[in-house]
Amino acid sequence: MDVYGSESDSDYTSYWRDWFISSRGNEYFCEIDEEYLTDRFNLTGLNTEVLYYQYALDLVTDVFDLDCDDDMREAIEKSARHLYGLVHARYVVTTRGLAKMLDKYKKADFGKCPRVMCNSHPLLPMGLSDIPNHKPVKLYCARCEDIYNPKSSRHAAIDGAYFGTSFHNILFQVYPALVPAKSAERYVPRVYGFRVHAAAALVRWQHAQRADLRRRLRRLDVESGFQDAESDPDGADEDDEDPDANALDDTALTGAAAGAATVMQMTMLRNAAAAAAAAAAHPGSVA
Amino acid sequence: MSTSSGTPESWISSFCSLLGHEYFAEVSEDFIEDDFNLTGLQTQVAMYKEALEMILDVEPEDDDDDDDEDDDDEEDASGDGRDGPRAHGERRHNRVASDLSVIESSAEMLFGLIHQRFICSRPGIQQMSEKYELGHFGVCPRTNCNQTRALPVGLSDIPGVDTVKLFCPSCLDVYVPPNSRFQTVDGAFFGRTFGALFLLTFPEYDLSRSGGESAANLGRAASADDQINGMRARNIAPGLGRGKIYAPKIYGFKVSEMARSGPRMQWLRNKPEDVGELDEARYFADEHAESDDDDESMIAGHGRPTTRRRQAGSGKLRRGQVQNGSPMAVEANGAESEL
Repeated sequence: MDVYGSESDSDYTSYWRDWFISSRGNEYFCEIDEEYLTDRFNLTGLNTEVLYYQYALDLVTDVFDLDCDDDMREAIEKSARHLYGLVHARYVVTTRGLAKMLDKYKKADFGKCPRVMCNSHPLLPMGLSDIPNHKPVKLYCARCEDIYNPKSSRHAAIDGAYFGTSFHNILFQVYPALVPAKSAERYVPRVYGFRVHAAAALVRWQHAQRADLRRRLRRLDVESGFQDAESDPDGADEDDEDPDANALDDTALTGAAAGAATVMQMTMLRNAAAAAAAAAAHPGSVA
Repeated sequence: MSTSSGTPESWISSFCSLLGHEYFAEVSEDFIEDDFNLTGLQTQVAMYKEALEMILDVEPEDDDDDDDEDDDDEEDASGDGRDGPRAHGERRHNRVASDLSVIESSAEMLFGLIHQRFICSRPGIQQMSEKYELGHFGVCPRTNCNQTRALPVGLSDIPGVDTVKLFCPSCLDVYVPPNSRFQTVDGAFFGRTFGALFLLTFPEYDLSRSGGESAANLGRAASADDQINGMRARNIAPGLGRGKIYAPKIYGFKVSEMARSGPRMQWLRNKPEDVGELDEARYFADEHAESDDDDESMIAGHGRPTTRRRQAGSGKLRRGQVQNGSPMAVEANGAESEL
């Protein structure tokens, strides 16, 4: 399809997508390839989701040449943005889309983690729902594995379904080398230098949970991803952990965990629910 | 409340109304004028006396050498030292501009350090609680904290180490303030103590007031007003625990923790289903190891007497006995007199 030669209205010149991704508030979007947009297979099902679907698609692909009044124009424009967002959710999990979003991630275009202990780790946009108009976009930090609200209200208004619930996890499945080292560093509330009992008890409990996790992972011969030594800033906190917690330093992942043993050990996992699905997608596993 | 300077606004209130200084409480002049509250600050702040005069809007005195004066006025900086210059106000000379800017920055430093102490005193923490209720400190950026209001804290009590951070009482974590203008505010001006002390001073704050899901988050045995480890059970990290932990999914399937990119940090946002499990003293009394069994459900009713017994043993009986009202009021007093 010829795009750049289109004779669209003068004020809405070509390159609608250029305009869209460079306009204020749309910094989280990457540009969808022309070929991707024009392949009808990629748009399956969207025609029921978007009003004025054909016009909106024409607008997005810069072949729009309908003469209409401003209200209509406005409605089509809105539909086009919605359509772009929905296609975007599909596009960002493709190889090219992942690469584009990775570039933006590396430039920290999505902002940085507000958590102090994450040292401004770059964020990734994500949705809490794949259904449009449900939940606004959130930001995922791969270091603390938690989600945060965007700082700016412009971004907070973007639909989370334009990024989807899977994209950021797929990114790290595809680029496992980019999974940041996890840190056990954390904030401990203190009063005049003394830890507060209630919070400290919770911290001890959480550290025991972490030790459990590392023990489970070591048993499965899976790299835990924690920074080599326990790096709590205050060594005092380490006293609270199980004595062998420090011995859990990551042994290098040498693959080849026997499948049968893995399955047996899996039953020992406390949260069995987490076990099933994505193990298959686990890039390092030979099981 | 300006003294003799004739300006409509005192230095303190103009400082607090500057852009980026929204977190500051207005330290009362009474607090600053009490020498005891300033103990040890002379050595930390250059041009201490001039800075103090500036904070209190006292006309500066410029007839003596600075160093001598600092030594002389250590004891009476806020007593005679303040009245003196006011009487000799007309003797003051024009200060060199650079001098003024040095004093200005010293004054800000001094005010910040006083502020660190002030907000841990009873009137100070009261003032901060009013600001807290008005939402002056912003909210936690974490999605699962549901806009819990945060508290300004420092990560160090020594100035110049780090900027001010926001402490979320719901997830017990610290965050960078969203607005970059706060990245010029020194964290030491709030100090490490304030955030935690605030929670202990006002235990009756309903931190989890954003929605009824907090009720579901409570352990079965722990009723809303149960005390565990000196805090209300429902106020122990209401933003953590089951349902508040992000579980990564791909096309609806959870990512296994066996995967290289699987979840590793969920412990950070976890807490026991029944917060009664955190009552380590009771476990100890029952001669159980602390991490014995996560699934063991405990009846909080059993916990209380044990806790009290242990507190009695460690000389904290008075705290245990105050069941209604603020059990930490005693500590707040202690904090105040410590200053």
